Amino acid sequence: MKANVMNMVQAINDAINIKLGDDPNVVVYGEDVGVEGGVFRVTQNLQKTYGEKRVFDSPLAESGIVGTALGMCVAGLRPVVEIQFSGFVYPAFNQIVSHVSRMRNRSRGKYGAQMVIRMPYGGNIKALEHHSESPEALFAHIPGLTVVIPSTPYDAKGLLISSIESDDPVVFMEPKRIYRAIKQEVPEGKFSIPIGKGKILSEGSDITVVSYGAMIRDVQRAMIAAKEAGISVELIDLRTIYPIDREIIKQSVRKTGRVLIVTEAPTSFGPGAELISVVNEEAFLSLEAPPTRLSGFDTIPPLPKGEHFYFHSPERIFYEIKKLVEY
Amino acid sequence: MFTKFDPLKDKMLQVMDDNGNVTAPSLKPDISDKEVVEAYKLMQFARTADVMAVSFQRQGRMYTYPPNLGQEAISAAAGKIMRKQDWLVPAFREMGAWISKGAKLRDIYLYWGGYEDGSLFSGAPHFLPSAVPIASQLPHAVGIGFAIKYKKEDSVVFAFVGDGGTSEGDFHEALNFAGVWKVPVLFIVQNNQYAISVPVKKQTASRNLAIKSMAYGIKGIKVDGNDFFAMVTAISEAFEYARKGNGPVLIEALTFRRGAHTTSDDPTLYRTEAEEKKWEAKDPIKRLRGYLVSQKLWKETDDKPLLEQYKKEVEKEFSIYENYPPYKLEDVFKFHFKNMPDDLKKQQVEYEKFLNWMEARK
Repeated sequence: MKANVMNMVQAINDAINIKLGDDPNVVVYGEDVGVEGGVFRVTQNLQKTYGEKRVFDSPLAESGIVGTALGMCVAGLRPVVEIQFSGFVYPAFNQIVSHVSRMRNRSRGKYGAQMVIRMPYGGNIKALEHHSESPEALFAHIPGLTVVIPSTPYDAKGLLISSIESDDPVVFMEPKRIYRAIKQEVPEGKFSIPIGKGKILSEGSDITVVSYGAMIRDVQRAMIAAKEAGISVELIDLRTIYPIDREIIKQSVRKTGRVLIVTEAPTSFGPGAELISVVNEEAFLSLEAPPTRLSGFDTIPPLPKGEHFYFHSPERIFYEIKKLVEY
Repeated sequence: MFTKFDPLKDKMLQVMDDNGNVTAPSLKPDISDKEVVEAYKLMQFARTADVMAVSFQRQGRMYTYPPNLGQEAISAAAGKIMRKQDWLVPAFREMGAWISKGAKLRDIYLYWGGYEDGSLFSGAPHFLPSAVPIASQLPHAVGIGFAIKYKKEDSVVFAFVGDGGTSEGDFHEALNFAGVWKVPVLFIVQNNQYAISVPVKKQTASRNLAIKSMAYGIKGIKVDGNDFFAMVTAISEAFEYARKGNGPVLIEALTFRRGAHTTSDDPTLYRTEAEEKKWEAKDPIKRLRGYLVSQKLWKETDDKPLLEQYKKEVEKEFSIYENYPPYKLEDVFKFHFKNMPDDLKKQQVEYEKFLNWMEARK
């Protein structure tokens, strides 16, 4: 199969382009997604290709965007909507929590909510307030929602195609810090990556690190230092936050006996807590050190001059890995 | 019609007086005597089912229930216009419209009696389940309207909300989107004077609720919601307007909730008996009966056998609910996703193990 070198923005655009092309029920809208192609240009040129009927700018109202998308779903369409930044999703939270996640259950399967809610998330990009948060746990906590976070252009394309084709609602969170930071070969045409399946990026024997999104790259940098220190790290990219790939965590931690969860989200009640529960349930007797999370502080991410304290550097990740191996 | 009954001038469309005398013959809808009698019967049927639901709840045979008493003309008029291919996006106090759309009473009792199965409305397409969070259903109506337009279908969305709902952000976002997208949606506001205990004057400084249409560039009209003829006239004209691609319409139907907000509510805390009496005199069934009797289409004595027959039908439907199979464990889980995730399966399996353990202890 032919492949092109792409960044994540291009890969996501490619996935949406493919689905607009092969399914007339797919419509794409949100704030600035039409003429401008989105503030990150993720939907660039799609309106030119498919027309204003299928790719369009909506009024600036998140609840309206998600609420109307649910109406489209019950009437048979397959909307892919963009929330400009995850920090602006809260006006839509009522629609997501009260309706999108519930329509299938409430209607006993008569209506689904086959939509994708895309949103850039995550920080360390020297941004304004509300542009740096990682709210994935808020969505993963809601029964009925699927939450997907890619860490590479290749995964972004394959996972987004799966998400658009899913008959259930998917919150597709895009790590904006690496939107353009990573380039790789991505096959042309349609391919999909299954939702709910993590991936082992590096095999190792001393400790398992579970992470996702933009943190993967920082963990990989920490692993260089770990290797120099003689520590063999197994790195799992979770790729889907809910449903969690329990099996991949179980197999890995049973082998290594140690686990560090690395996320940007605040610590308390965060994704790290949930993943540690999975470790406790699935690999308790193999543990040689307390399952540990390296998460954000329970604080608001500081504005640019202070953000280096909040977001994990590779050194901080290595420091935690080393502590656990020496436990 | 929209110009004649200008919300800015606080005009209200009305066809008959409190006793059922037609005072505006030119505005009376062109429907046959037989159809009027059918509508009267539907209103009586819905009222019987509704009043009996309250008493079933009082007897502990059903859970919390929101009475419809006094608002039946609005639903009957909507039901009269709504076709099979049209969509109903309900709030929760429009039983007559549900019945017209194809809901069976057993569905309604199943829902308020604690089974999600009551929202399935099998055999009744284009019918959303009840939306409990106020006004949050209105953006769905607009999305459906978008899909109708997108697929070039001949269909109109009937979306219901109450007076309190007009304060919610989703009401305004929905009207705004509907105006921009010019979708075939009728927003029917049942202004029954109170949002639980809060009167309309504490919801808004607007002169009326229909006026809110104007900010969104859409049509709006205020109608006597206890006047079946006025409601049919308003809804049919709005329906044709929307169906022809002119965009959405906001219809304020002025009415009064004669019962409580729900069976858990006590209206004596916030309204007077005098006010209740005033509205009893404007009761929609009383008014339509007045018309039918004056036209010799109905006799006062015809009510009794009709209501007897309806009570029997209600009892029969209620007994289907009361004899419904017990709630199954799998029904808690199986509708959350098209394909159930392993996590969820595991939770069900763990509970089954517990049940087996309980069984073994017996």
